[in-house]
Amino acid sequence: MPTELGKLSIKQAHTGLLQKEFSSRELTEACLTKIEERNKEINAFITITHEYARESAAHADKMIASGSAGVLTGIPFGVKDAICTLDVRSTASSTILDNYVPPYDATVIQRIKDAGAVLVGKQNCDAFGHGASNENSMYGPVKNPHDTTKVSGGSSGGSAAAVVDGQCIFSIGEDTGGSIRQPASLCGVAGLRPTYGRNSRYGIMPMASSLDVVGPIAKTVEDIAYLMEVMAGRDPKDATTVSDPVPKYSELLDRPVKGMRIGVPKEYMELTGMDAEVRMIVESKIKALEHAGCEIVEVSLPHTKYAIPVYYILVPSEDSSNLGRIDGIRYGVQTTADSLYETYAQSRANGFPEEVKRRIMIGTYALSSGYYDAYYIKAQKVRSRIIEDFDVVFANVDALITPTSPFPAFGIGEKKGDVLAMYLADIFVSPASVAGVPALSVNGGMTKNGLPVGIQIIGRRLDEARVLQLGHAVETLHF
Amino acid sequence: MSLTREDIRGIANLARLSLTPEEEIRYAEELSVVLSYIDTLNEVDTEGVEPTTQVGGLIDIVREDVAKHSDDETRKKIVALFPHSEKNMLSVPRVFEDQ
Repeated sequence: MPTELGKLSIKQAHTGLLQKEFSSRELTEACLTKIEERNKEINAFITITHEYARESAAHADKMIASGSAGVLTGIPFGVKDAICTLDVRSTASSTILDNYVPPYDATVIQRIKDAGAVLVGKQNCDAFGHGASNENSMYGPVKNPHDTTKVSGGSSGGSAAAVVDGQCIFSIGEDTGGSIRQPASLCGVAGLRPTYGRNSRYGIMPMASSLDVVGPIAKTVEDIAYLMEVMAGRDPKDATTVSDPVPKYSELLDRPVKGMRIGVPKEYMELTGMDAEVRMIVESKIKALEHAGCEIVEVSLPHTKYAIPVYYILVPSEDSSNLGRIDGIRYGVQTTADSLYETYAQSRANGFPEEVKRRIMIGTYALSSGYYDAYYIKAQKVRSRIIEDFDVVFANVDALITPTSPFPAFGIGEKKGDVLAMYLADIFVSPASVAGVPALSVNGGMTKNGLPVGIQIIGRRLDEARVLQLGHAVETLHF
Repeated sequence: MSLTREDIRGIANLARLSLTPEEEIRYAEELSVVLSYIDTLNEVDTEGVEPTTQVGGLIDIVREDVAKHSDDETRKKIVALFPHSEKNMLSVPRVFEDQ
C-alpha cells in the first residue's frame, strides 16, 4: 500500500473507503508509517497513538462494511496538543504538562470521534499557542515540509505541516490571533477560523478566552466544509456557543460567485514590507474573481494597524489570568521547593518556555493596579473601533480578500531574537480575530522558491457559508 | 514606557514566576519595547467609546444549578494526575509558614 494515501483529501479518502480501494486500517497504517518516516525531520507530532488508531480503524471498517459510514468514518486525523484528548497525553507543547493525560475529550474532538474519524496523534505547536513560527515549543520547532530550513508557521504548526505532508488527512487546531490561518498559509493548506462562538471551546487549553476559537485544517475548502458540519453548534458545556442552525456548508460551495461584492482593504495591500510575490499572487486571485463576475471594491479598515497592539494587551492579560491554573499543584510537573510560594514560582519557571513567561509578565503588568485602565480598558475600547471598521465595510461588501501573511515561510531562527518582528507576522490575521468574524486561509499559489502563499477571505459574523464558497472559488478558479 | 529590574521583580512576584538575573535584565528590555509599541493605542480617540468585553453577543446564559458527579473511573484518573496524594486526596505544600 503506498504511503501517499495520507495525501488524499477527506472526500477522496471517503470515496476510496466506500469503493473498497483500501480499508481504514490500510489508510491509517499509511499515515502512521508516514509519521514514523518523517517525524524526526518535520517534528509535527509529539505523541503518536498507534494502538488507539488501529482499534478505531478496525471499528470504522466495520461501520463501512455495514453501510453506516459517514464522510469522516475511518479518516485519520491529528489534534493540536493544546486541545484535550481523552486518555491521550496533552502537553500544550510545554514541559509543565509533559505528563498530563486529560480524563475527557474536548467537545469538538468528541464530535469528530463520534463521526468515526481515527485519531493518530497529538501535534506540536507553540507552547500554549504562543507564537507564529512554532519555535516556542518545548519539543523543538516544526519544520516546513516544503523547505525544512523554514518555519511551519504557528501556533498550530504541526497541524498544518502534518496535513500537507500526508501524515494525516486533516487536523484540528486553535486560533487566537492567527494560529490556524498563518501556518495554513505557510504550509499551503486550508484553515478556517470560525466565528467566535460557532464551535465549542470546551476542552481547549484557554489562552485568551474572548478570542479563542477551534477550527479545522485540511487540504481543501470542501474538506473544511465537511468538518464544520460536524464540529459546529451549541454546546451546553460552553456558554458562549451560539444556537444558530449549522448550514450544510458542503452543499453551498458550488454556488456561482457572480455578482458578489468583494472588498480589498487598502491598508492591507499598501503595507510596506509585503513580499512582492505575495502581492502578485493575491492580485492574480483578485483578477480571477473579477473575471468570474465578482465586483471588486477597494475598502478601508482605518484601525488595521492597531489590531496588533490591541492583541498584545488583550491576549497576554487574559492569558496571564488563564495560565494561573497551571501551577503544578493539581496536575502537571511540580518542582517541589521549601515553601508553597517557591513551589509555584519554580514549577512555573521550569515548565513554561520564554515566550509564555514573557506574555504572563506583560499581562500581569497590564492588569496590575494603576495600569488596568491605561492598558486593558484602552485596548478594549480600540477593539470596539476595529469592530466598527468591519461593520462599516460589511454593510457594503459581502466579504474581504487579503493576503494571510505578508511573507512566505521565513527561516528557522530568522526572527527569533526580534519580538516585534515576530508579532508583525500576524498583521493580516489579527484584525478578524479581534473582531470575532470568520476568516479562512486558502492556498493561492507558490513562490518561485516553491513556498506557498495563502489568501485570506474574511466574512460577516456567522457567514462561514459564504467565506467557504468564496474560498472554494479561489482554490478552483484560475486566470 | 521603560521598566526597571525592580519593576520586573515586582511583576514576577505577582505572577508567581521565579526569574534568573539574566531573565530579569532581558524582560526589562523586552517589555519596555513591547509596551512602547502598545502606547501607539493612545493615538486612537476613544472618547465615549464603550469597551468591548465580548464578541459573542450572548447575555445571561444560565443552566440548572445541579451538581454532576464524576464516575469512579474518571475520579481515579483525576487522582492519578495529582503530583502528590494521600489517601486518594490531593496533598499540597504547607499554606501557612511557621513564624
